[in-house]
Amino acid sequence: MTIKLGVPSKGRLMEKTFDWFGARGVSLSRTGSEREYSGAVEGIEGVELVLLSAGEIPRELAAGRIHLGVTGIDLVQEKLVQWDQKVQVLAELGFGHADLIVAVPACWVDVNTLDDLDAAAAAFRARHGFRMRIATKYHRLVRAYLHAGGVADYQLVDSQGATEGTVKNLTAEAIADITSSGETLRANHLKLLAEAPVLRSQATLFRSRVAQLSEADRGVLRALCAQLGVE
Amino acid sequence: MSLPLIRAKAEALKARFAASGAAPVDCAVLQPAEILLDLYGEDVRTRAFVTTDPVRGEVVLRPDFTVPVVQMHMAEGAEPARYTYAGEVFRRQEAHPERASEYFQVGYEVFDRNGAAADAEVFALFAEVLEPYGLRPVTGDIGILTAAVQGLDTSAARRAALMRHIWRPRRFRALLDRYSGRAPMPASRAALLAASDPMAGAGPMIGLRSEAEIRQRVELLRLDAEEPTLSAEQVTLIDALMRVSEACPYALERMRDIAVDMPAIAPAVEAYDARCEALAARGVDVARLAFDAGYGRSSMEYYDGFVFGFICPQRPDWPPVATGGRYDALTRQLGQGREIPAVGAVIRPGLLVELDARDGRGPEVGA
Repeated sequence: MTIKLGVPSKGRLMEKTFDWFGARGVSLSRTGSEREYSGAVEGIEGVELVLLSAGEIPRELAAGRIHLGVTGIDLVQEKLVQWDQKVQVLAELGFGHADLIVAVPACWVDVNTLDDLDAAAAAFRARHGFRMRIATKYHRLVRAYLHAGGVADYQLVDSQGATEGTVKNLTAEAIADITSSGETLRANHLKLLAEAPVLRSQATLFRSRVAQLSEADRGVLRALCAQLGVE
Repeated sequence: MSLPLIRAKAEALKARFAASGAAPVDCAVLQPAEILLDLYGEDVRTRAFVTTDPVRGEVVLRPDFTVPVVQMHMAEGAEPARYTYAGEVFRRQEAHPERASEYFQVGYEVFDRNGAAADAEVFALFAEVLEPYGLRPVTGDIGILTAAVQGLDTSAARRAALMRHIWRPRRFRALLDRYSGRAPMPASRAALLAASDPMAGAGPMIGLRSEAEIRQRVELLRLDAEEPTLSAEQVTLIDALMRVSEACPYALERMRDIAVDMPAIAPAVEAYDARCEALAARGVDVARLAFDAGYGRSSMEYYDGFVFGFICPQRPDWPPVATGGRYDALTRQLGQGREIPAVGAVIRPGLLVELDARDGRGPEVGA
């Protein structure tokens, strides 16, 4: 009987997560070779570390295959319909800050609000014969945001990476993506709209509301939460 | 819920509509997605199941029959025409997973140039068929609101922007507030209009939208800024109009009062009166029929005139059991230069089967 904890398998997100748990007396580490995704937990009994891609952690939590998981709130909200019924936020970890934003070419001096974007989109469609393309990988969140903002004549085009380059490459007119400092946006001659972001995200510790727990598991979970000082 | 019962109910309703003179029609479950995306934009993806066919490209599981029936009629139909159909439709339920994503609809669509009579025909037929179920009918008229917008004393560009957002009440309200000066101009726009060369800090031109297009919109914004504010009186009238919610005869009185100060809506109000008379001639108890000027505004994008719904008062969690309305503009958009006034409605037989079970009623369709 163990509690499974899902943690991003590489990069700064993994290291910072290890630091966050370490500072609370739970030591997480990778074991085996550089390339082997297995890990160890010390400082508490009955917890198993599962190293996963950050993008898969929401799905694993919702399926109940892991009990706890660290990932961005952006990924959870994009991938899980009615996310708050499937997972519970235990703690915001204070790193991995990023906003999901809508950006347009900096040369669009006439577009600064969602109102402007909507009007520009309508004119664009009349002129070019197709709906303005917005490149993103966050389809659900962006659609809901633009719907609430009353933007109508647009289409989302999928972009799984290098999204900031799509405008210059003429495969999109605007983008919606995660940004932390805005430097990549500026370097690609894009600017933020003067609106609230689609979402403010950071690395977050989630508990699955779906995963099965035995009596012993519940004890382990309580002990872990007490040690981490969450809930 | 029993599928055979629902099918039987759907077939019985379709037979009832056929007996009223409608030709039974059917259409494919997989429809080209392009048409719906063109008409309703990206939001279609949140409401319908869009998928990919290796040859035809993006296709959609039919979210209703109206669009294919209109296309079929425009391609090969003679006037006047009446059609009925029964079958499953498919709706994504992202926000409401507890609602059915697949259910039966039975419809009745009328293509006829006599507007008031056709409106009354469809409503009266539905009222009759639904009579045993104790539903509460409510009616509205999008045409009165559009007439009010068309008659506003402001620029054509502002009227067009309001028309574009008539189905998005919040956005519509924000535009009215700005045009009437109740909401200030955004700081970013004020700065843009104050700049001697708006393109000064623009940086390199990137993307498909050209400098000419950008300058053109800046010019439009300048013209718009010089436009006098919409008078408070006109905004008050529009507000009063949107708040009309009474039994039909009182609503008529109320709207005639408003039309004194807003003559642009007078023809639409008289058309409403003609419809009420046509409904009364069909035996509808117009004196007690509810009219709500805002009805259908946020959820019934097809419709641009008469709208109605039949609501189950004991089940506030349900969608309306039946909905319908006039969709002249849709025939114009799909008709490639041709158009024909059209009105139609659908019933959800699955909900009727549940009500039959609740009330211990047999499966037959009345009248």
